[in-house]
Formats: sequence, C-alpha cells, structure tokens
Amino acid sequence: MSQVETTRVTKSFGKTKALDDVSLTFDDGGFFALLGPSGSGKTTLLRTIAGFHFPDSGSIRVGERNVEKVPVEKRDIGMMFQNYALFPNLSVADNIGFGLRVRKVGATEEKRRIAEALELVQLRDLGNRMPAQLSGGQRQRVALARAFVTRPKVLLLDEPLSALDKSLRIDMQVELKRIQREVGITTIFVTHDQEEALTLADRIGILRDGRLVQAGPPREVYDRPATAFAAGFLGDANWIPEALLGGLALPAALPFGPTRYATRPEALTISATRPEGNALPARLVSRVFAGAMATLLLDVAGEPWKLIARDRDIPAVAEGQEVWLGWAAGDTLAVAA
Amino acid sequence: MAQVAHASDRRRLFALLSPAYLWLTLAVFLPLSAMLFFSVLSDMPGADGGWGLTLGNYAAFLENPTYSTLLWKSLKLGATVTFFCVIIGYPCALVLAKSIRGRSREALFLLVILPFWSNSLVRIFSWAIVLRGNGVLERALNWVLPFDIRLNLMFTTEAVTIGLVHSYLPYVILTSYLALQAIDDDILDAARSMGASKLTILRRLLLPLSLPGLLAGAVLVFVPVVGSFMEPRILGGRMGTYYGTVIEDQFVAVYNWPLGAALSFILLAVVLVILGAASPALRKART
Repeated sequence: MSQVETTRVTKSFGKTKALDDVSLTFDDGGFFALLGPSGSGKTTLLRTIAGFHFPDSGSIRVGERNVEKVPVEKRDIGMMFQNYALFPNLSVADNIGFGLRVRKVGATEEKRRIAEALELVQLRDLGNRMPAQLSGGQRQRVALARAFVTRPKVLLLDEPLSALDKSLRIDMQVELKRIQREVGITTIFVTHDQEEALTLADRIGILRDGRLVQAGPPREVYDRPATAFAAGFLGDANWIPEALLGGLALPAALPFGPTRYATRPEALTISATRPEGNALPARLVSRVFAGAMATLLLDVAGEPWKLIARDRDIPAVAEGQEVWLGWAAGDTLAVAA
Repeated sequence: MAQVAHASDRRRLFALLSPAYLWLTLAVFLPLSAMLFFSVLSDMPGADGGWGLTLGNYAAFLENPTYSTLLWKSLKLGATVTFFCVIIGYPCALVLAKSIRGRSREALFLLVILPFWSNSLVRIFSWAIVLRGNGVLERALNWVLPFDIRLNLMFTTEAVTIGLVHSYLPYVILTSYLALQAIDDDILDAARSMGASKLTILRRLLLPLSLPGLLAGAVLVFVPVVGSFMEPRILGGRMGTYYGTVIEDQFVAVYNWPLGAALSFILLAVVLVILGAASPALRKART
C-alpha cells in the first residue's frame, strides 16, 4: 500500500499525444477514478502506471520508489482487465494462485491466501471450476481476487464493470467498494461511466485529449466544475445564452479567459409566472417520464435545457407551452469556456 | 444435433453434406477398397497362370525381417523430422504471432510458406546442389571459415532429414501460429502484471494453450514423413532405402502390386496404432 504520484507524464504514440503533462497524486488507500471519453488517454495513463509502456518524459512514483523505467513485471502492481483476461487453461484457484506461485510464497501459504481471497469475493466453493464454467459476475470476482491476492502496492482496474449488465453492475459496485475498503489497497480505476465514478471513487480525475482537466473529490468536481467540458461531462449542464445574462445574479467572472455560466438540471424549478430571483423564460419541448423521476426537455432562446425533478413535483404543462425556470443564485456555475 | 433435428432439417443436412460424402467415397473409400482387394491377391490380375486370394503378402512382412527393419527406420525418421520441425517451427510461430506486428509479419509469413510455392522435386534437387561435396554449402563454409573442411552431406541420413524438415516445416509453423494467434494478448499482459517472467508465461500459458495446434502440426508432419519416398531416394542415395521407397518399388519397379498394397496397409495400421496410443494426450490438450 502506497501513495502513487505521476509528475508531468507525457506519452506519444507516433504523432498523437496520448498523455500530455499529467500530474496527479493518488492517495494511499484511496479509491481514484480516471474519467473521460474514449481516446482521452485514461487507459494509457493506467497502463503507464502499470508499466506496460514507459512515459516519454515525467516521472512516476509508487511509495518511495521511482518506477518510470521499471518494467511491469517488477512493479508489484495488481491489474484487472476489461475482459478479465482469466487464464482459460487454469482453474479458479490456480488463476488466483498464479501471482503467488511466481513470488514463491510456498505451498501452504499459497493455499491459505487463495482460500482467503475466495472468501473475500464470496466464491468459497468454486476454486476447482474452470473460467469457462463461471458466469460474468463470478469471472469478475475471480479477476479481482487474482489482482489483489499478491498484496500489490497499487490495484489498477480497467473498466472493471463495463462487461456486466446493468443490474449486476450495481451489485458489483457495492461489492467492489466493500472489498477495496477491506483490502485497503490504493486503487485506480478507469471508467467512461460518470455515475460509476461518482458512486465508487473518493477522488476523481477528468481527462480530455491526454490532458488532466480537473481532479478532486466527486462532490467538489460536480459542484464546482473548472471547465465547460468538466461541467458537461460529469452530469448535465444547462448553458445560459450570453444574450440573457443581463438581469441575472451571477457569480464573479473567472480571473482569466472567457467565462460561461450554467445550471444543473436538478437545481431548476418550473412555474407559470416569473418567480423571485434568477429566472428565464422557456418553452417545453417534451416530458420524459421515468417512474419516480421525470426529465423535462426545454428550449431557452435556442439552447437545449434539461430539468430533472420528482415527477409529482412537476405541474402538468402542455408541450410547446411557455414557462418560467427559476433557480437560487448560489446554484449558478461559472466555468472556463 | 441429429437426434433433435426435424425430418426436413435432416433432409437439408443430407443434401448439404452429400457432395462431401460423394467426394470421400470416390477419392478415399473406393481407392482404399481397391488397394485392400489387391493386398489379398496372390498375383496381378491378368497375369499368366491365374490368380487367387491369399494372405501371403501380409505373411511376407512377418517372414522377411528386412521389411520390419525398414519400417522401424522410417518411424525413427518420422520422429526425428517431427522433432526438428517442432523445435524450429514453434519458436518461429511464437515470434511471428506475438512479437512481430503489421506489414513485416505478412512478409515473413509469405517467406514461411515459400516451400509450398515451389514444386517439391525442384526443391529436393536444389537441396542436392547445396548439400553435395564441393557444393554450395561446402564452398560457402570454406569461404567464411579459416580452415578447410570437407562436408559431404549428400547421400546421408542427415541430407534426407534436412530435405524433409524443410518440406514439412510450414505445417508446424502454420498450425502453431494459428493456435498462438488465438491467445488473447490481455492474458499475457495479466501474467506480466503478476510478475511472471517470459519463461513462466511460455511454460504455464502459451505452451498449454497452443498445444492442440502444435500437436496437429506434429501429426501432419509425422504421418507423411513415415511413408515418404521421394526425399529418401534423391537425397539419401544408397542410404535412402526406407519403407516408403520399398512400397514405391513394388508398384513401379518390381510390379508386385499385391505386396505393395499389403505393405501400405501395414504402414497405415501402424500409424493408426501410434496415433491411437497418443490420442489420450491429444484429447487432453484440446480441453
């Protein structure tokens, strides 16, 4: 268990810069989510920390040791792959014991730790099964057990839940968080699913085109996004058209660069007449009913807006009807364009 | 599948399979039956003095120890050639499948299957030019090495082995390559992330996972090499009498087809017994 730190890491593949000057600190024992669209460099960053490729410049520290020139075999990491990459010719127990065998921990110790790991991922009786005989969720647990059983300094998860269907994914999120807490390993995981990142991680980092956009605790990044991209990628953002900014109570503009203002869909209230405080006129485009919650798609001077609220709190409004949207002054986001 | 298939499905299945069955009947079953018939004849049909049915041709194999000695020699040749094909071919396939990417892989692949492109007779005679005394190989070695060496490989068992290995190497490379190619690279990455060395990865993952392909290649080499006659005859000379050449002699020189057919069936039986004995290992490799 160690703190991990990347300092000004840059990596190019041919002409494309996959990572551009990325500096990040991953807390000891923390659960960090790397979030970004595909091609943002998040997987490259994970594989660079793992040691599958070396950075062109910059340094990577795991604990007290600088590892940017150390190959993956010598880095003492645990990694879980998107497709789990279980060894098809080895049983569940042998899969989990593979790294222990390499480390020559001895037969009795190996057996004990395999049993312990199987217990932790709740697959106690499946040690003799072959990977082909397991369900998707069970394979995921085996892959996880295999990654942490060697007690690595850092656990790297590449899209750990994306291969599971939705209901199983939510169960596994809870499981993953429990296991990570019990094992207590510094964990870094890559995902493109913002909800997964918000649920699991205690810190998240948003990447775009190989650059770090913003890093911090999920709530902080959600409530105070630094850029328009961060605001739009993590949650939805309703952009306030520039022509309508006059007459609204706004936070101070950013010290440098142009500033854009936005609101979150859940911060809005809807009414037939103009409410107190910040308010803009809008036209209802459609209403999407989703059980407990409902989403209203609106048009504010040509800008598409969203309002999310409990369905029963939203008055009946006909499509195409003019309404007023109001929000508290403190809920306005000011971000770099 | 056949049990649950409907009548119409069964009809369609039969219609789709019939060309293959027809071909097998014409190309395999009928000739083999004819050969089996020949092997129990006392003399060539149409020969003077008539002919009858006999098991004498099979008895000849047991009575004359030369045949079994030659069969043993051919089996040893098959084992040697298969061994070298595996030793040379598997690493080749490994590098091709896991280390080389992109266009250079295609180019190397073409080079690997180059022996398939040329006529086998041309290939064997070019080996003769290389291997004979004062031939290409000897001159090249003498040009490079400071001391004089006499290297007359022509008409030796080594020459036969070299020629056969060259002819059959692509089979091992191709089958091993396909098996290795199918192994997910993430599996190897996962093993590396656990600290496994290259040797560990080869021993515990690559070799077991590609064993079916490797064994298929070995069988494809072993079976034809045991019955080979062209390479032994041309490259082996006086040393090149093998079981296969004896069978060929019965058909084209001595004109004793019944004996040739009987010897062929004994070879077929021996090879089937060997493959049968090896099948538990083959089946284990497949799972």
